[in-house]
Amino acid sequence: MLTIDNLKKYFGFVKAVDHVNLEIKEGEIVSIIGTNGAGKTTLVNLISGYIKPDSGRILFFDQDITHASPYVRIKLGVGRSFQLIQLFSNSTVLDNVRTALFSKYEMIKRGLLPADRYSSVTEEAIKILDGLGLSGKESLTPKELSEGDLKVLDIAIAFALKSKLLLLDEPTSGVATSDKFKVMDSIVKAIKKERISTLIIEHDMDIVSGYSDRVIVMHEGRIMAEGKPNEVMENKDVKATVFGIVSG
Amino acid sequence: MDFKKVSKHPRWIVYALFFIGLLFVPRILSIHDLMLFEYGMTFAIVGLGFNLLLGYTGLLSFGHGAYFAAGAYTVAMIGKYFPQAYSLEILIPSALFFSMVLSLIFGFVCVRHTKIFFSILALSLSMLLFALLFKLYHITGGSDGLRVPLPTLFGMSFKGIRRPEFLSGTYYYFLLGMFSVSFLIMKGIVSSPFGKALQAIRDNEVRAELIGIRVRRYRLYAFVISGMFVGLGGALWTFVNGHVTADLSHWVFSGEIVYMTLLGGFGIFEGPIIGAMIFTYLKLYAMGNTQYWMFVVGGTLIVLVLLLPNGVAGAFASLWSKLKR
Amino acid sequence: MWIIYILNGLYFAALLFFISLGLNIILGVMGILNLAHGSLYAFGAFIAAWIIIALGTHVPPFFLYISLLSGLVGVGIVGFLMEKSLIRFMYKRTLEYQLLLTFGALMLLEDVIKMIWGGQAYYASAPFVLLGKVNIGGNVYPAYFLFVMFIAFIAGLLIWLFMSKTKLGIMLRAISLDREMATALGLNITGLSTLAFVLGAGLAGLAGALVVPTTPALLGFGHEPLILAFIVVVVGGLGSLKGALVGSLLVGFTRSIGIAVFPEIELPLLFLIAGIILVAKPEGLFGR
Repeated sequence: MLTIDNLKKYFGFVKAVDHVNLEIKEGEIVSIIGTNGAGKTTLVNLISGYIKPDSGRILFFDQDITHASPYVRIKLGVGRSFQLIQLFSNSTVLDNVRTALFSKYEMIKRGLLPADRYSSVTEEAIKILDGLGLSGKESLTPKELSEGDLKVLDIAIAFALKSKLLLLDEPTSGVATSDKFKVMDSIVKAIKKERISTLIIEHDMDIVSGYSDRVIVMHEGRIMAEGKPNEVMENKDVKATVFGIVSG
Repeated sequence: MDFKKVSKHPRWIVYALFFIGLLFVPRILSIHDLMLFEYGMTFAIVGLGFNLLLGYTGLLSFGHGAYFAAGAYTVAMIGKYFPQAYSLEILIPSALFFSMVLSLIFGFVCVRHTKIFFSILALSLSMLLFALLFKLYHITGGSDGLRVPLPTLFGMSFKGIRRPEFLSGTYYYFLLGMFSVSFLIMKGIVSSPFGKALQAIRDNEVRAELIGIRVRRYRLYAFVISGMFVGLGGALWTFVNGHVTADLSHWVFSGEIVYMTLLGGFGIFEGPIIGAMIFTYLKLYAMGNTQYWMFVVGGTLIVLVLLLPNGVAGAFASLWSKLKR
Repeated sequence: MWIIYILNGLYFAALLFFISLGLNIILGVMGILNLAHGSLYAFGAFIAAWIIIALGTHVPPFFLYISLLSGLVGVGIVGFLMEKSLIRFMYKRTLEYQLLLTFGALMLLEDVIKMIWGGQAYYASAPFVLLGKVNIGGNVYPAYFLFVMFIAFIAGLLIWLFMSKTKLGIMLRAISLDREMATALGLNITGLSTLAFVLGAGLAGLAGALVVPTTPALLGFGHEPLILAFIVVVVGGLGSLKGALVGSLLVGFTRSIGIAVFPEIELPLLFLIAGIILVAKPEGLFGR
């Protein structure tokens, strides 16, 4: 459902994304790994519309979104979470998700009643929070949440937008190691249930091998290897460049 | 979710008691004190409107005096040039209309920018209005301003009554009615999905844009709504004051509006109402006791900002939640 | 006649330059919009007027002109006191608090001026009168205005040299460009911020002192210049020194022409021009 065709983005001399070709199928969970500066975040920024490419195309369900604004892409179903979480810091957990729903259903201009009266939307928000393991925390504000919960909330907002493609930028970074799997379990359970395609940037190899259908390795703007997690991890070149393991 | 419904009830009971109590105020206060109270009430309406922009949308304008002046001068100019239309049922909608137009024009310019630029522009534009009101003295009365006589209300004329009697009689109930309606409308706006969207914009405008909220457009809506509330307050204020001057658009007056909102606390819905009341009394007390009232008020502001950043209502709210535990 | 308009424009620009330069230095280095800046300007005017009147006519003229520097020094001291007692609480706070604190400071300063100097007007025209008039292209023009332009030119040059050639100046610029980076580099942010505020305040005070021989010092003196300075900052770009220069010239000339042609139109015309510039370049001419 996502096709990236010969995408190129250079920043002066830096070849951030260098003629990348990529396809993601519906319901697939694909991880991108690579050293810092390999171009992973730039690729995600290009897909979400934050920056525009120099050349190449991005097709989303066969629609050319290469030059579409982020706003249009969100409406079409491309959602993302952020490395540095971006939450509504002074609103409740419930409102963080529910407001996204109101926006999605275009109720902001039409809704004249108090937000709490919209029971179906409110219940949906609660369901999303439950599905990601945040039940019971609806009336808390982000200030009172743990790091792991903050990350999950960040993703919950993307969920509320009914994204068909989710771009997760280091979803477990900053989360305590003991919580990482719990967080990913909740996220992946919810993803699988809705058959949402997901592209994850990750550095933690345990997470990558534990949850991905496919792994893509980027290096200096190009895709160096692609395949199932264990295949990729055994690849000699990958081991050398990404993990620094040189054999023999 | 059940506990939310239960905890809502006490609040509405308190509100109901509060408004019923307000009905009896004219019997308790002397005419002089009642006038002071009415000043406070008009500023409470101003504060409610202003806080939609500050507390809920996160935009600080030091230029809302312009919309207060728009409402006030609409009343005064109709009084001077169209005395046959000088009745409250025409004056109030007109004031709302002109403050809407002005805040739409000025707001459109301002919301394209953020933070400091926004504040400077809002301030400067209000000073533009001030300069116009001041210099076009043939029309506006300049620094002398314009007199505001007593209006009629649905045919009821108040000729022959003096202002204090008017204010302690029919007008009080009219003002109370306006205040109640403003309160309810603002409460509705703030709890609606639109209100939630504004808060999202306040908390994280980048993310708000990314969840599909048209940040600039909604900021403009908030600006215009707040401008209209402030204009309404301005119009209602004129009858209590009896007189309008160009100062109403000066940025120092706008600063007082900001001050009141902060004083009460801009994080709580009722904060600006409390702030408006306290400020009205504080200013008058200071003015009555020393010629250096600006020093007192300014000093109090500084102390407040440093010690009670959430305002008086905010301090009470934190205290309340601490006691509850 | 046009020469007079141009010269007047330069004169207004010179005064505005001091005020907006000070505002921009504070804004750039500290990130604070100093609403009390107009009061500092007024303070400078009163201090200078006071000293000039006290000196009277029995001193060599030289001292009268040196006393104008009292605006710079006196308000610099006031700025120092302000920074130490008030402004330093503002760094960690959000914009709203900063504006409110400086607003409170404005109210305080206005009444402090009232307390010290009462409510009357102070006339200190000696420096203006003494310089007499010069003949420029057939027109008679007060030499004092040329003197002010000269001082502005010198000051601009000195500030430019300071900012680009001295270590302190470069450090100040570093902070205004990237505060975090500057802290990481180990720059003494607190001390430098104080310096920036004192410098900014001093410039405002100097402007007030320079203007007082031409108009009496009165309460409410600083309000109009402050608004014009805001327009300069908006048009020139936040925190930009070049912007302060260009903005001041623009506003100064618009004012001069506006007053000559149709006084009422001055402010609306300024806003129109500012509006057009902002539509084309929302951050101001030299803004980031």
